[in-house]
Amino acid sequence: MDFGFGPEEERFREEVRGFLAETLPADGKRDMAFLQEWNRKVREKRWVGFSWPEEVGGGGGSIAQQVILKEEMARAKAPPLGSCFMGLAWVGPAIIEYGTEEQKQRFIPDILDGTYQWCTGYSEPDAGSDLATLKCKGVLEGDEYVVNGQKIWTSIAMWSKWMILLVRTDFEVENKHDGITCLLVEMESPGITVRPIKNMSGGAMFAEVFFDDVRVPVGNRLGAEGEGWKVTVSALAHERSGIAEVTGLQRRLEGIRELARECARGGRPASEDPAIRQRIARADARIEAMRLNGMRFLTRQLRGEKLGSETSINKLHRAQLEVELGELALEIQGSRGPLAAGSDLVPAAGDWQRFALSWPEVVIGGGTPNIQKNIIAERILGLPKD
Amino acid sequence: MDFGFTEEQELLRAEVRKFLDASCPLSEVRRIAEAGDGLPAELWKQVAELGWLGLTLPEAHGGAGLGWVDLVVLLEEIGRSLFPAPLLSTTLAGAAIAAAGSPAQQAALLPRLADGSATGTLALLEGDDRLGPEGVALAGRAEDEAVVLDGEKLFVHDAGAATLFVVPFRSAGELALAVVERDADGVVAEDVPGIDLTRPTGRLRLDGVRVASDAVLAAPEGAEAALERILDLAACGVAAEMVGAAEAALQLTVGYAKDRVQFGEPIGRFQGVKHPLAEMYVDVESVKSLVYYAAWALDERQPDASLAASRAKAYATEAFARIGLDVVQLHGGIGYTWEYDAQLFLKRAKWARPAYGDAPFHYERVAAHGGL
Repeated sequence: MDFGFGPEEERFREEVRGFLAETLPADGKRDMAFLQEWNRKVREKRWVGFSWPEEVGGGGGSIAQQVILKEEMARAKAPPLGSCFMGLAWVGPAIIEYGTEEQKQRFIPDILDGTYQWCTGYSEPDAGSDLATLKCKGVLEGDEYVVNGQKIWTSIAMWSKWMILLVRTDFEVENKHDGITCLLVEMESPGITVRPIKNMSGGAMFAEVFFDDVRVPVGNRLGAEGEGWKVTVSALAHERSGIAEVTGLQRRLEGIRELARECARGGRPASEDPAIRQRIARADARIEAMRLNGMRFLTRQLRGEKLGSETSINKLHRAQLEVELGELALEIQGSRGPLAAGSDLVPAAGDWQRFALSWPEVVIGGGTPNIQKNIIAERILGLPKD
Repeated sequence: MDFGFTEEQELLRAEVRKFLDASCPLSEVRRIAEAGDGLPAELWKQVAELGWLGLTLPEAHGGAGLGWVDLVVLLEEIGRSLFPAPLLSTTLAGAAIAAAGSPAQQAALLPRLADGSATGTLALLEGDDRLGPEGVALAGRAEDEAVVLDGEKLFVHDAGAATLFVVPFRSAGELALAVVERDADGVVAEDVPGIDLTRPTGRLRLDGVRVASDAVLAAPEGAEAALERILDLAACGVAAEMVGAAEAALQLTVGYAKDRVQFGEPIGRFQGVKHPLAEMYVDVESVKSLVYYAAWALDERQPDASLAASRAKAYATEAFARIGLDVVQLHGGIGYTWEYDAQLFLKRAKWARPAYGDAPFHYERVAAHGGL
């Protein structure tokens, strides 16, 4: 066991620190011009897609270097590396693993550059947690798939140029996981209708997407026909590796500590209330556990083992923490907690209220907590499937 | 960067487990605990010969010179087997002497702990049940070449079996640490009845006990710093035992959930059963991560070692308390019986909750570390 790093890795840390000191504005102001400049510079350094192989344009960073980069980014409160969230999180990794040379060349550079957004067409009205029962239909006609059906809960569909889509190409299968095919679909294709759904926070981040005789060239199929489930499972596994979320949670908790110092309730700052202090410390211990769990997973990868369902551990932690931190932020605010943006009485222009109403995006998306518990119980503890 | 155990450490784990499975299965744990005859002498001799009692003590004083990461491997297995002898207490007394003793004091005391001829424990708490330097009021007065101690230490682990006590006291207001031998005049140490029969706890009465000046630990970095270090080591050590016990309780219950059939199905098929088991697994793995890191940070004297130990003990305490309750409940009626082993883990969780700081104590330290 050794959490220290070798001289070469420490040199890399110095490089990152030097870059951040030079690049991040001293006055803390981060306007659009800065963000554009930031995106260009980190792309140049190949820190976007840092873990991806160099031959596709990634950084080819070692696992130790990835840890260092994340640590230093968090310490400096740096903006994210790259702007194409879903592309970097799972579409890119799936294309790298299953895509043709042509697909890699066509899509990977744009994902790294953040040229446009990707969305994910998995869930359907009747196929949510039981995703493999999906019915959106793809029929091969000549060199095109003709797609008909509906997707739902599709995050940022209205702002995306491309979608990674699961369709059923074979309805005569015994195993529901067979007969599913993964397609890469341009959102501007004729026959696609996107209808945003207003969520409980009042915004619209997700949408229904309708497919009416949408024609997708066979060259846009990712992986073999009928192998879509495998492609998807591997992509979702990328989403669950977990360590990246720790940085965001640490920052959020730091914000909550500040909030607790600023908000007075019952005649004293909330930060002096023992009940609040305990909850903040509980969250702190769990975020640190997530970070260290992630380090244990990385070590296993370093030793050449393949990660399995144990990454659901951090997925569950994250779900609980997202809810708890939102609740905590509102409780700290006392009577101001239920107010909303637009009032001069609400701290931070209502950001915490928005946060406290947006947890379902991460808690439900990508597999609900109950599904994660099923995965752990069945695949790790060996309990019978229900 | 390598967050895993070495081959040697995995080997140690396998050897410890093999010995405990063969020589101290839960049936034997029950026999020893229910008999209540104090130290199981034969078993103690064996583990001393295996080198477990001096694992982290310097080689010059009969130890193996290993670190707390190695010790964590041993303690996880000790916890898993509910080993009914004062290995943790003796280890912590040794760690205290190694941390605060002069070379001469270490040479005089540590070999006796390493070879099992002495059993040690920390006698930290008093009537106000306050852990740390502020909780030490017991008075010592200088007299000739000695200190005379008068007072009582409470909630002393393995008080009945220990032959050597590390006792913080105040001399003219200043904190100091004495080593008190059981056979000194005026020492009365006895266990009091407790819930967990495998883990006796008791009191230490000191009535005009003369402690020679050279038995007051030198504490070159100061007694307060030494005591803080001892508490961090203790929190990490007990958390390692807890995670081992919690994992054993989880495995016992998973096994039952696969075998027990109701409504025509193994009950492990029902989400009402499988979900709490999955939650236990998440907690066990997460506490492991915190404990392993704390042990490494303590070994390497990292600036966040104390914070790491508090995070580990706090989370371990909450998790194990719930796991203890859940394993009994998930077993149904059989879990409530004396005969079945689930209750042993529930009781160990009760013992472990306040041991070296409960969850509120350690969370408060985490909050303070975070600038609150």
